[in-house]
Amino acid sequence: MARFILQRLLLLPLLMVIFSIMVFVIVEAPPGDFLTSYIATLSSSGSSIGAEQVEALRAQYGLDQPLYVQYVKWMGNLLQGDLGLSLEYQRPNSELIGEQLVLTIVLALFSFVLTWIIAVPAGIYSAIRQRSVIDYVLTIINYIGVATPNFMLALVLMWGAFAYFGIGITGLFSPDYQGAPWSWDKFVDLMAHVWLPSLVLGVAGTARLTRVMRANLLDELNKPYVVTARAKGLSEWTLVLRYPVRLAFNPLISTIGWYLPQLFSGSLIVATVMNLPNIGPLLLRALVNQDMYLAGSILLIYCMLTIVGTLLSDILLAWIDPRIRMDG
Amino acid sequence: MAAPIDAAASATSAAEDRISVASNWTLVWWRFRKHKLALLSAGILALLYLVVLCPDFFSTQDPERTDARQAFIPIQSVHFFDEGRWSPWVPGVVGKRNPVTLRMEWGADPSRKVRIGFFVDGPAYKVLGVIPAKVRLIGPLDPSQRIFLLGSDRLGRDQWSRIMHGTQTSMTIGLVAVTLSVVLGIVLGGISGYFGGWIDQVIQRLIEILQSVPTIPIWLALSAALPRDWTPTQVFFAITVILSLIGWTTLGREVRGRFLALREEDFVLAAELAGCSRARIILRHMVPTFLSHIIATSSLAIPVMIINETSLSFLGLGIRPPAISWGVLLQEAQNIQTLALAPWLLLPGLLVIVAVLAFNLVGDGLRDASDPYSK
Repeated sequence: MARFILQRLLLLPLLMVIFSIMVFVIVEAPPGDFLTSYIATLSSSGSSIGAEQVEALRAQYGLDQPLYVQYVKWMGNLLQGDLGLSLEYQRPNSELIGEQLVLTIVLALFSFVLTWIIAVPAGIYSAIRQRSVIDYVLTIINYIGVATPNFMLALVLMWGAFAYFGIGITGLFSPDYQGAPWSWDKFVDLMAHVWLPSLVLGVAGTARLTRVMRANLLDELNKPYVVTARAKGLSEWTLVLRYPVRLAFNPLISTIGWYLPQLFSGSLIVATVMNLPNIGPLLLRALVNQDMYLAGSILLIYCMLTIVGTLLSDILLAWIDPRIRMDG
Repeated sequence: MAAPIDAAASATSAAEDRISVASNWTLVWWRFRKHKLALLSAGILALLYLVVLCPDFFSTQDPERTDARQAFIPIQSVHFFDEGRWSPWVPGVVGKRNPVTLRMEWGADPSRKVRIGFFVDGPAYKVLGVIPAKVRLIGPLDPSQRIFLLGSDRLGRDQWSRIMHGTQTSMTIGLVAVTLSVVLGIVLGGISGYFGGWIDQVIQRLIEILQSVPTIPIWLALSAALPRDWTPTQVFFAITVILSLIGWTTLGREVRGRFLALREEDFVLAAELAGCSRARIILRHMVPTFLSHIIATSSLAIPVMIINETSLSFLGLGIRPPAISWGVLLQEAQNIQTLALAPWLLLPGLLVIVAVLAFNLVGDGLRDASDPYSK
């Protein structure tokens, strides 16, 4: 077990180096740099900036140096935990990202838990009561859930709440707690707001997981050991919950590997539409304004979250299913 | 009593004969058509691709025609009969400015009926960009009138016509992106599975790296990197390539697995001994054995591409106006206050859901049918 985890951990730095190069190339790719778009913004608002001043700024930010020098400098700073300075906000990136990163993770994890709480019982019920009315209803909901883009669902909910109840359901906090320091009350306030965006974010995943659970359990329910247990006189629910459900769980756990990363990157869209304080909208703005170090840092954080998500699922799977451990 | 039994026996044997001589594709079709919902969805998709071929025929007017005085006109419902006789019309609209909010408020004016007809002449357009035509499926009899079957947006553009043109872009992007992924997946997965060794190792690591990329943020960053001065066509192809670059990995893995299994089969050895070239063995002998499976997988990949394109465009980093796609149309619905006034702006989203649902059902049907010998 320890060897398995160690092997995975050793791959991490290598992946991060590959990703950091990729991210750097992508944020560097647009023609021009932050200053070109900065000058464009200035001239559209009527003011201008001298050519010497531009050169001075360019030298100050290191934008005049060759690309590989910029990359090495950026990486060097990253390794020391310094995410650099946002060109647009003129504040350290770590400060900008800090709290929003925590909220990004909270949102994804909450959504994850919600998905499992809904999908597992729904899948079990659908499999046991196959072809019942509720099974059909759940199947229809699942199909529609997979087919609805996240942002569409968010839009419809926001529109419904606004048009029929006159309330806004955007944001993660009530106005009172927006800028307030963390306290118990603020936490309670967060919990009151976080479940709706989490639900929106998790709908497609819930639908998919329900179908996986249903299919797995149906496979198990036809096996001879279930008949044996039934012949021995075990009550139906004890029987189902004690044996087939446990076996049907394994393939479900292997979905964490793609599902958790998908929640992290999917939260970007939901957060933008519902105006949540998340690193997604921050990334969007940074990309549009070519605030390259901010965009690069956030992209790297997404990569990191994805890798950690996959790693967690690998470890969990190896822990639960010994057969995988042997192969590893 | 012997006669009916004989007849029944010969009937079953005739059916069995039919099955035993039927080609693989016939068997797939027989199995697929049993799936009623999938058949219905295939019909919906056929209709949508008809719109893709010629959106102008289905739209009532130029999708770019603006008129600030006709902004946010609600849906005009079509009536087919007038005083018991066949004579389709839509109620005219009258606008009144609200003295408090200073906003235009539209109401139906049943006394003024705008006559409409099917297959009427409208503004001229070109089919597939070459054949000039002017007949339209539905339109006002009086060419100076405008009708808004699905309402108008903030610039007074007709949403019905815009949806038709958006359908063209969005449905094409899904298809083209998946075709590209399939080509990439078959070529790279095939090479990986057929040759094995270090080539396999390199391609497998590449797939692993691509699969651990956070898709949506990287897509956004790549789209943001597209030059601002590109034409809509260039942007369209760039977005397609971006979507398929990450999408091919799943298929590549599957193809590789199949190749690994097939490589050991006798018919491949026979082809090799007969002196077939490698390309011929792969394309003529190996690919057809799992083609139906690939088609099923890719028809399940198209809806994912459509959702991704719609999301990217909705965030303003995919297809850009003046090009029209479902995502671009939904951008108009971004503001909740506007949406409360003009809820019909959400309708393109309904079409997204219908299209994705149809693709998923067809894909499921194909997947079940793709192996006609299974039970």
